[in-house]
Amino acid sequence: MHTEQAGATARGPQEQYFAALAEGRFQIQHCTACGRHQFFPRTLCMHCGATDLAWTDPAGTGTVYSFSIVRRKPEAGGDYNVALIDLDEGVRLMSRVDGVALERLRIGMPVKARVLRDAAQPLVVFDAVEAA
Amino acid sequence: MMSLESMRGQVAIAGVGHAGLGEAHGYTEMEVLAQAASRAVADAGLTMRDIDGLATCSSSATMWSMPVAEYLGLRPRYIESTMLGGSSFVSHLLPSVMALVSGQCNAVLVCYGSTQKTATFGRKEGVKARTLLDPQPFEYPYSPLQPVTSYALAAARHMHQYGTTREQLAEVAVAARAWAALNPEAAMREPLSIEDVLRSRPVSDPLTVRDCCLVSDGGGAYVMVRADRARQLRQPPVYVLGSATAVWNRQISSMEDLTVTAAAESGKRALAMAGLNVADVDVAELYDAFTINTLLFLEDLGFCKKGEGGAYVQGGGIAPGGRLPVNTNGGGLSCVHPGMYGIFLVIEAVRQLRAQAGERQVPGADIALVHGNGGTLSSQSTAILGGPSTR
Repeated sequence: MHTEQAGATARGPQEQYFAALAEGRFQIQHCTACGRHQFFPRTLCMHCGATDLAWTDPAGTGTVYSFSIVRRKPEAGGDYNVALIDLDEGVRLMSRVDGVALERLRIGMPVKARVLRDAAQPLVVFDAVEAA
Repeated sequence: MMSLESMRGQVAIAGVGHAGLGEAHGYTEMEVLAQAASRAVADAGLTMRDIDGLATCSSSATMWSMPVAEYLGLRPRYIESTMLGGSSFVSHLLPSVMALVSGQCNAVLVCYGSTQKTATFGRKEGVKARTLLDPQPFEYPYSPLQPVTSYALAAARHMHQYGTTREQLAEVAVAARAWAALNPEAAMREPLSIEDVLRSRPVSDPLTVRDCCLVSDGGGAYVMVRADRARQLRQPPVYVLGSATAVWNRQISSMEDLTVTAAAESGKRALAMAGLNVADVDVAELYDAFTINTLLFLEDLGFCKKGEGGAYVQGGGIAPGGRLPVNTNGGGLSCVHPGMYGIFLVIEAVRQLRAQAGERQVPGADIALVHGNGGTLSSQSTAILGGPSTR
């Protein structure tokens, strides 16, 4: 599926991204001109300016580039993490790491993407991957 | 074509003023802006009738230059309202220099006011409104506590990559407080220790509430005229020797390297225009919205190597009596921070270069580096200002 569409079905890359996510599919863009990936989705390549972009399914694997534990009162839901994840394809996105105690979170930790479809809006989160 | 270097020192800051620092109960943001503007104009020995250029912007009103012109009774021939967050009032310097040098106008008023602390529609409501007016759909769903979480992510990465310690970050807040103790206008002047910073309420790890700037009200203003005219006015002129702005991204997740900001570019360009090196700088005013900012900017501007900011500030390195006087008014951490702090960086640098800074005066300060930051490490604007003897 290419980014640019025409006619009655026309919709921008942002809407296409969230529509795919709602179906459980996490996609990023690949530039057919320079061969690089990018996130977040755009109408042009942020690296070379070309407008011919294709959607691709990333491997979903990556590492924690940085994270912060946001302190919140227990009655408001308690502490949670916000993380920046570097995907193996060379793009970075904001997300969070689930299924791991906050004190065990580490920069450089391997993680794998999972699409949460039952959230208020579809969301990409990451799970810690146990070292083999 | 006219070069930037040829504009070095051709324009001076002739007047500064502020109003409503801390809590401006009963006043609107326009009123504190106007009070600061009147004081800056009077400080220059001019009247509001002399102002024919206007630079201003607001955190909430997108058409802010119009109500400001209307309120002050101005009909400006030059209008600058670029909104880059907190660095805006540093970034307004260069276009204003160009407008004055070209003769487009003769006296520029740069001004700002905020009542984010006491207003009914204050900081909290503004942050909420921005999620709709300035959406970031790829960050917002993860509930980063903005702006602090973005800076916390940068701090965590800096600690990981360079071994920067929590104590070194705390040194920045401790040094700011030591300067604030010398400034009767600063909001927080009681002693602060490294332990106090570490033991204060955690907000977004690794940052605690004492790593974060104040939330206050306040207005600030300064007046710019051509250098020849400035020399005839009431105050010693403070020359604009260099100025440059750089933007590489908006969102923290779009930043290529969280330990390198666009200050690396703006600083280099501003110093090149001024024909100076960081070694020439006597006093530095660096936008300290969070403690990590000061470390990043000391490194990116070239005061020390990348990764060595922590060691640079350790042991009172930027406190009174240290190797470099930084944030001599107490900074955004301990003096004042009304949403956008940039204008106060310029005001403090002007006072230092005029030798009017009282107990906190840096002896013989001739060259000041002013560095503004906006958004979440998004916009970076550097200016080099020189005292009366530098031109």
